[in-house]
Amino acid sequence: MGQGIDLQRSFVELLTQLGLPSGAARAIWLPLPMTLILIAATVSIFVTVWLERKISAAAQQRIGPEYAGPLGTLQAAADGIKLLFKEDIVPSKADPILFTLGPALVVIPVFLSYLIVPFGQNMVITDIGVGIFLWIALSSITPIGLLMSGYSSNNKYSLLGGLRAAAQSISYEIPLALSVLAIVMMSNSLSTIDIVEQQAQYGILGWNVWRQPVGFLIFWVAALAECERLPFDLPEAEEELVAGYQTEYTGMKFGLFYVGSYVNLVLSALIFSVLYLGGWEFPVSVSWLASLLNVSETTPWLQVITAAIGIMMTVIKAYLLVFLAVLLRWTVPRVRIDQLLDLGWKFLLPVSLVNLLLTAALKITFPVAFGG
Amino acid sequence: MTLAEGVQLVSFGLLAIMVIGTALGVVLLPNIVYSAFLLGGVFISIAGLYVLLNAGFVAAAQILIYVGAVNILILFGIMLVNKNQPFSPVRRGWIRLFATGGVCLGLFALLATVVFGTSWQISSAVPAGDQATVLIGIHLFTDFLLPFELASILLLMAMIGDIVLARREILTDETPADAVSDALTLPERPRELVSATGETTED
Repeated sequence: MGQGIDLQRSFVELLTQLGLPSGAARAIWLPLPMTLILIAATVSIFVTVWLERKISAAAQQRIGPEYAGPLGTLQAAADGIKLLFKEDIVPSKADPILFTLGPALVVIPVFLSYLIVPFGQNMVITDIGVGIFLWIALSSITPIGLLMSGYSSNNKYSLLGGLRAAAQSISYEIPLALSVLAIVMMSNSLSTIDIVEQQAQYGILGWNVWRQPVGFLIFWVAALAECERLPFDLPEAEEELVAGYQTEYTGMKFGLFYVGSYVNLVLSALIFSVLYLGGWEFPVSVSWLASLLNVSETTPWLQVITAAIGIMMTVIKAYLLVFLAVLLRWTVPRVRIDQLLDLGWKFLLPVSLVNLLLTAALKITFPVAFGG
Repeated sequence: MTLAEGVQLVSFGLLAIMVIGTALGVVLLPNIVYSAFLLGGVFISIAGLYVLLNAGFVAAAQILIYVGAVNILILFGIMLVNKNQPFSPVRRGWIRLFATGGVCLGLFALLATVVFGTSWQISSAVPAGDQATVLIGIHLFTDFLLPFELASILLLMAMIGDIVLARREILTDETPADAVSDALTLPERPRELVSATGETTED
């Protein structure tokens, strides 16, 4: 792997040449990637909502949103504006502090997790050592927000929905973490950058999907359950619980749950593509193509092209997975709560443990193929 | 003072205020649900202190285990056990409050004198940084193997105990004899208690 484009170094060098001290240049650089990722994550909601509406419509042979903007692309913006201008009601016997804090606690960890999503060699906010572990840890804060909003609404449906949501996300976190652990074992690192680099050598053949077929399925099922996507959307099962923990919410507080769920879906898809689908890697190794064309890897235009391909590949892979999630929504019936817990504890947990042990055994036996 | 030092100082101050404030809230608030949520705040701010100490792995583990598991279990316990029972005011309750306060202040004074009286050895070793995860793993499987395994046996014992306690066969056909006093309990099939000495009753 060559040195990819390093925007931070170039930016800091540019500013120091303009006469700024290097500390100030770094301080100016710091907020830029964060704001960019925040904006990207917010825009991804619009794209995902539009995709969800259009694909759902296609699955049911309807047209879907049509009038707001070209092909209904502005429908999500219209929804957002509607939510912004709605009256913000706190039920009279609800607990106003917890009622307000709940949605925020659901959304903040999801946005924080974007810290570790890499879009290229150096295109990540921070390459911290604990990488993927941070995502698992942060996603375990969300159930507290759900419990908080369920409890503070002073509504039986809300409380039940909140408890269900927390139980569901706790029980699916374990198979999720175990399947991530198998990947971590193969790449000898928790850092998302290292996890992608380890899959980078043989193009599409080196991706972890081929080496972790079981782990990949477990991760997908568990991630859908963590996002409360349809086969597992029990916390808001309409015919049982009205809308679960969201029942009493209106306006932008409800909007925050909405935002949180879609950003979480995109985030899970991004992490999935990083862990199993080679992250920013093109199906054919770009450095191999470059050496075929006799172009040095440090050529500036090649670096720009590699970076652009990297971002595009990550986003394309993530949205393919979002597409799959939306399709699953209209093909799979909702499971019952006991089936959900049975699936999590009695099936996914043992299978993911066996998968972990098998990965460890294969790693010792075939260190070449399983990252010894 | 460079930018990094300034950020460290400010975040240390904020985190310290958060730890102390939320911890006081846990102890002093009468509403147990608030206390439980604030306990999560204590754990998160302590994780922030770990981050300041260059211990990212410990911080993430702290959030995962204490916030994601322990605190949620406490909340579950509070929310599922809905005993809506007001506290009956204790006569001369203020004696207890003042005694507790006195003991706490004394403990604090004792610890503070110890902290200031000891000449602490400050380690000159380079912080492990991102290598910490590997180092923790190596320690857990070499010189700390015995405590590690003991802890896992302890957890296994607790888990089996939980299963034994929670596994009840509820009889759905019969109506409870005294339904008034135990409104929330269902009739259970009586279980043979496991004898502690291992004697069997068959022979």
